Amino acid sequence: MDNRKPLINIGNVRKYAPVLLLPLWVILYYNLSWFSNELVLNILGMPAGKHFTEAMRFFIFEVPKVLLLLTLIIFIVGIIRTYFSPERTRKALEGKSLFTGNVMAASLGIVTPFCSCSAIPLFLGFIESGIPLGVTFSFLIAAPMINEVAIVLLFGLFGWKTALIYVVTGLIIAISAGWVIGKLHLEKWVEDWVYTVKTGQHPEDEKLSLHDRVNRGFEAVKEIVGKVWIYILIGIGVGAGVHGYVPEDFLAAFMGKSAWYSVPLSVLIGIPLYSNAAGIIPIVSALIEKGAALGTALAFMMSVIGLSLPEMIILRKVLKLPLIFTFIGVVGTGIILVGFLFNFIF
Amino acid sequence: MEIKILGTGCSNCRNLEKATREAVAELNIEATVVKEEDITKIMGYGIMRTPALVVDEKVLLYGRVPSVKEIKELLTKP
Repeated sequence: MDNRKPLINIGNVRKYAPVLLLPLWVILYYNLSWFSNELVLNILGMPAGKHFTEAMRFFIFEVPKVLLLLTLIIFIVGIIRTYFSPERTRKALEGKSLFTGNVMAASLGIVTPFCSCSAIPLFLGFIESGIPLGVTFSFLIAAPMINEVAIVLLFGLFGWKTALIYVVTGLIIAISAGWVIGKLHLEKWVEDWVYTVKTGQHPEDEKLSLHDRVNRGFEAVKEIVGKVWIYILIGIGVGAGVHGYVPEDFLAAFMGKSAWYSVPLSVLIGIPLYSNAAGIIPIVSALIEKGAALGTALAFMMSVIGLSLPEMIILRKVLKLPLIFTFIGVVGTGIILVGFLFNFIF
Repeated sequence: MEIKILGTGCSNCRNLEKATREAVAELNIEATVVKEEDITKIMGYGIMRTPALVVDEKVLLYGRVPSVKEIKELLTKP
């Protein structure tokens, strides 16, 4: 990727860069398998079939593949996201009834730009404009759990079916957990000062040209890929080790379908564990290969990504402890049910 | 010129503060840069995404960290 940098920095070329880079991307992407085989077997001269060779081949193929996919998708999503904003999402959600509001909030949670560091201002802004607590929660569950990094990794390492399953079940969890929290009427467990916050007049929306939007796409790539590449490297590194060294079916006994307790157990382990999608998904992909059941792996992944300790600590500023625990309980239960369902179906 | 950086202390807020200080130094203009970390005051500016760049009480930018070059353009725009 380093060879692209000078291209991006030259002012005018930047405008046409997507058109110039796309063919290069396609050529690279579709020749990766050949390239990694060539490099490992012929150039490095490693003997085929050995554990270490297999691990190397896996690593040298998967890392550039995932990084290429990520770069392309983040760029496209970065452009799409300029058409959405939390302010517009809030406007769309105002006055919606509970169920419709939950469905819309969860869906908009996927496309609205969100960073967990903005969770508090977003929460305050939603509550202040009268959006129900349950609808706000649907957004707060979907936004971090279903993100483009997770979707790309699932697509790259598992295929489009698993990526789709993840998105759909994530949506269902966000919608139903938000709905349940809404029905429980837990407003009393929101910190009292939250209701006294007065938000000011929102500044005018920026007017963006297409060129600005393309630039935002590049900025998103720089920011997100710049942040997650190291997790991908580590994740795939560990995954490669598992791939090359751990025997087949090694995990079947404790993470396989027959061990029913593995689903709730992996959710419990996943909650305090904190990693982003980029670090955890490659490891999970290797676990499945070694006999872990899909539902169990999916549940583990969702609890690591969707329920994280740092986010709870941030939310503690606006939510009292009982609400935090209810939130973890409701979402955790949803994830466990999804895990059981998939172990049952597949 | 009074410049405020709104943010509750995440890494992006620090990046924006750093970039803004750089821009001010490069432009060599008379300006104070202060950080606003009080969330109730931040909400008073009507934004839901941090960090934000406020110049003389007007929100110029929010929700992202622009380049030093872009901040320089924003600060010199009449």
